Amino acid sequence: MRWFVALLSGTLFGAGLALSGMMDPARVRGFLDIFGAWDPTLAFVMGGAVIVMAGAWAIQRQMKGPALDETFSLPGTTKLDARLIGGSALFGAGWGLAGLCPGPGIASLSTSPVPAATFVVAMIAGMALYAALPSNRKD
Amino acid sequence: MILPGFPDAQPVEGLVGGLMIGASAAIMLLGLGRIAGVSGLFVRAIRIEATGTPWAIAALFVAGLVLGGALFAGIAGPMEAHYPPGFGWLIAGGLLVGFGTRLGSGCTSGHGVCGMSRLSPRSLAAVATFIASGMVTVAIVNALGGGW
Repeated sequence: MRWFVALLSGTLFGAGLALSGMMDPARVRGFLDIFGAWDPTLAFVMGGAVIVMAGAWAIQRQMKGPALDETFSLPGTTKLDARLIGGSALFGAGWGLAGLCPGPGIASLSTSPVPAATFVVAMIAGMALYAALPSNRKD
Repeated sequence: MILPGFPDAQPVEGLVGGLMIGASAAIMLLGLGRIAGVSGLFVRAIRIEATGTPWAIAALFVAGLVLGGALFAGIAGPMEAHYPPGFGWLIAGGLLVGFGTRLGSGCTSGHGVCGMSRLSPRSLAAVATFIASGMVTVAIVNALGGGW
């Protein structure tokens, strides 16, 4: 049941990205192009998702644990640090260059295999580089 | 539906797709007690980092992402997707997205959808930073004549 829910959640996420046009890099880039032909579609996508999730957090606060697991496993850090801001700045730059973030890049692997795989392989290289930095080694 | 002033925008499709993404993240939170953060689940699925998430959960979520995109295209027909020319933008962008999302502990889904809706100060700061950085990057690329 937990496996089914994980697959269902991913599938719904991928279909939502597809319907909303977020698997079109030019449309995502259009949202970031505020001095050009700005395309606000991404704001509607984010707005819709945040509305539903705000409701989900309100329900979550009333629950002792999730429906299918023992406890909630949620990030507890609240510190604003240089890693958070620096990492987000690098991510934003890559997002602007390629017009893709991780979700749409992965979800496009079957529909636009060559460019999506190019992006995803480079993304894996970036993630592996981060994991290999001496300060992040967990082995 | 056309948004006045923005003939290319798709507000209805965007909103409905966004509601689906929110429902996906809500299922993950209320069902499995976890954040539907794509970058974090992906590094777990491909075993780059050992996060606390069980491998099968991460792998099935990531498989579902691909399946969802494919199912939608199968039912609704091929969707519009305009990619940058060549491989350079995708490779440079992918490297920065991969490294940056790990250093910054999240991307558009974890910080954006899940964190902002929780009013997490870290996520609000992250989202403001990556949107601003993306906008500056696109403006610089356009100014240098590299727009696509």
